[in-house]
Amino acid sequence: MFDVLPPAIVMVTGAILIGFTRGHWRTLFVLGTPLLTLWAIWQIPDGVVATVTFLDYPIEPIEGSPLRRLFATIFAVMAFGGGLYAYRQAKWYELSAALIYAAGAIGVSFAGDLITFFLYWELMALFSTVVVWCGGTPGARAAGIRYAIMHLLGGVILKVGIEGVVVHTGSIDVQPMLATNFDTWMILIGVLINAAAPPVSAWLSDAYPESSPTGSVFLSAFTTKTAVLALILLFPGEPVLIGIGLFMVMYGIIYALLENDVRRILAYSVVNQVGFMVCAVGIGTQMALNGAAAHAFAHILYKALLFMSAGAVIYRTGFSKCTDLGGLFRTMPITAVCGIIGALAISGFPLTSGFTTKTMISQAAADNGLVFVYFMLAAASAGVFLHAGIKFPWFVFFQKDSGLRPKDAPWNMAAAMVLLSALCILLGVFPGLLYAFLPYPVDYVPYTAGKVLFYLQLLLFSGLAFFLLLPLMKRTLTISLDTDWLWRVLLYRIARAIYTTVASVGVTLQTRIGDSLDALRRRAGVHFGTRPSRAGVFARAWSIGTTALWIAALLTAYVLVYVL
Amino acid sequence: MKDRAQQDHWLVRPATIRKLWWGFSIVLALTVAAQLFVYVKGYFGADGWFGFGAAFGFLSCLAMVLVAKGLGVFLKRREDYYAPGDDDV
Repeated sequence: MFDVLPPAIVMVTGAILIGFTRGHWRTLFVLGTPLLTLWAIWQIPDGVVATVTFLDYPIEPIEGSPLRRLFATIFAVMAFGGGLYAYRQAKWYELSAALIYAAGAIGVSFAGDLITFFLYWELMALFSTVVVWCGGTPGARAAGIRYAIMHLLGGVILKVGIEGVVVHTGSIDVQPMLATNFDTWMILIGVLINAAAPPVSAWLSDAYPESSPTGSVFLSAFTTKTAVLALILLFPGEPVLIGIGLFMVMYGIIYALLENDVRRILAYSVVNQVGFMVCAVGIGTQMALNGAAAHAFAHILYKALLFMSAGAVIYRTGFSKCTDLGGLFRTMPITAVCGIIGALAISGFPLTSGFTTKTMISQAAADNGLVFVYFMLAAASAGVFLHAGIKFPWFVFFQKDSGLRPKDAPWNMAAAMVLLSALCILLGVFPGLLYAFLPYPVDYVPYTAGKVLFYLQLLLFSGLAFFLLLPLMKRTLTISLDTDWLWRVLLYRIARAIYTTVASVGVTLQTRIGDSLDALRRRAGVHFGTRPSRAGVFARAWSIGTTALWIAALLTAYVLVYVL
Repeated sequence: MKDRAQQDHWLVRPATIRKLWWGFSIVLALTVAAQLFVYVKGYFGADGWFGFGAAFGFLSCLAMVLVAKGLGVFLKRREDYYAPGDDDV
C-alpha cells in the first residue's frame, strides 16, 4: 500500500513501545523513535505518495512538499530534544503521550486530504491533554479538562467546516481557500482556535503552565505551530489574518508584562510569536510565507529552549513565580546561559535564529507597503525583548538574591538545552542552512549593515526602557483576568443562574401541581373512598336485588330512547 | 558591609553594576552614532531618520509598559481568584 514508511505511524509505534520496555530499551525508544521518524520524513518525495479509498473518498494520508517536510522535520527534531530533556525525569506515560502528540503534528504535516488532517488533528488534541494532565496536580487536572473542552470544541467547529466544504465542493483536498462562506469560516475558526487566536487565546496560558516542567517543553512546540502550517496550507493570503496576528502580537506582550508566573510569561509570548506568523500568512506573499515557515521553525527551537530553562529552574527549586526566584545565575550557570541564548533568539538579536527569520516577515510587510503592519511589527519586536528577552532571564537569574542555591540542571536537561542553544546560534550565523529548505526560493539578505544597526538600536533601547521602568514592573502576587474568565466565571455564573431559576420554577410547579392533585384526590375520596365507615357512593357494596332493579331501569330507559 | 559586598558574586557588586551601566550607555551611544556612517534604509521615510530605531524602540516599550500598567488596574486579581469557593458545589 505504501512505498514509504509513514512517519507518523513510525512515531506512534515507538511511543507505544515505550510503555512496554524498561531501562535502556525505553531510553532507546524515547530517543531513537524521533530520529527514525526524521529519517522517514526525508524519504517522502514531493506529491501524493499513496491514495486509499474510504467511503468513496480518495484519502491521501501522505503528501510531500518542501513546506510539509520542513514542519515535520522540526517536529521530529523537537520530539528528540524534548525526549532528551525529559527522559530521566518524566513519567513513561508522559513521554509516550508526548511522542504520540508529536506524531499527530507530523501526521497533520503530511495530510493530503481533510479527513486525514482531521484525524491527526484530534490525535494531537487528545494526547496533548494527557500531557497537561501529567502535571499531576489538581490544578493540572482542572486545566486539562478546560483544555480538552476547548480543543474538542475547536475540533467540532473544524469538522463542521470540513463537512461543508466536502458536501459543497466535492473535494476533500487540503488546498488553499479563502474565508468566503460559512464552511470555510468554520475551518478557519477551527484552525485559529488551535493557534490560540482571540478570543480564546487564554486556553494556552491557562493550560501550559500547569503541566509538568518537562511537559510544557513538548506543549510549547506542536499545537500552535501545526495550526500555523494549516493556515499556510489552507488560508495563505487571507486578509483577516493580518489583523488577528497583530492583535495576538500585542496581546501576548501586554499580558506577559503583567504576569508573575515564569511559564505563564513564556506561554503569553508563544501567543505573541504565533501572532507574527499568523500575520505573515495573512500577508501571503512568497516572502511572507517563507518568513512564517522559517519563523515557526526557529520559534519552536528557542521557545522550547526557554521552557527547558524555566523547567530546569522549576524542577530544581519547585518555584515558578518571579517573586520567589532571582539570583539563580550563581549556581545554575548552564541553565542561565542557555536561557539567555533563548531569550536573545526570541528577541531577534543579530546572530540568533530569531533575527534571520522574524525580519523576513517585517521585510514582507515593507515590500507590500503595509505601513501600519510594518511599524506594529517593529514595535512588537521591541516589546518581545522587553517581555521575554530581558524580563524572563532578569527575574529568574538576576534581580534580587532569593537565597536559593539549587544545583544546575541534570546532565540530560543541560545537554538538550546546549543542543537547542547551538541550533539557535547556528541558524543565526548561517541562515542559508534553513533558507535552503523553505517552500519558495529565498531572495533575502538578513545581514545588511543598515538592518543590523536598526534592530540593534531598537532592541538595545528597549533594554534601556526596561531598566529605567523597572520600578513600574515590580512583580506582584497576582494573576490577570484573561478571556478564560468568560468561561471559568461568566459561563459558570450563567449556568448557575439558569440552574437556580429552573430549580425554583420546578419547586413552585411541584407545590402547585401537588396541591391540585391533593384536592382532586380528596374529592375523589368522597365518591370512591373505600373506608368502611364512610365509603363513597361508588365504592359501596350493593345488594343483588338493588343491582337487578337498576339494570332493569337502565335497559328500559335504553329501549325507550332507542324506540323514540 | 564592605565585607558582605566583597563576598557576594562579583557580578552583583555595586561597583560592577556601575561599570555595567557605563558600558551599556556607551554601547547605546555607539549604536546611534554609528548611523552617521551606516546607511539605514527607510522603507516608509520615517524609519530612515537618524536614531529612529532607538527612539521608536524606547517609546514603544514605554507605551506598552504604561498600557500594561493601566490594564493591570482592571485585570489584576488575587492569585486565589479562581480557587473553588464556598458557593461551588
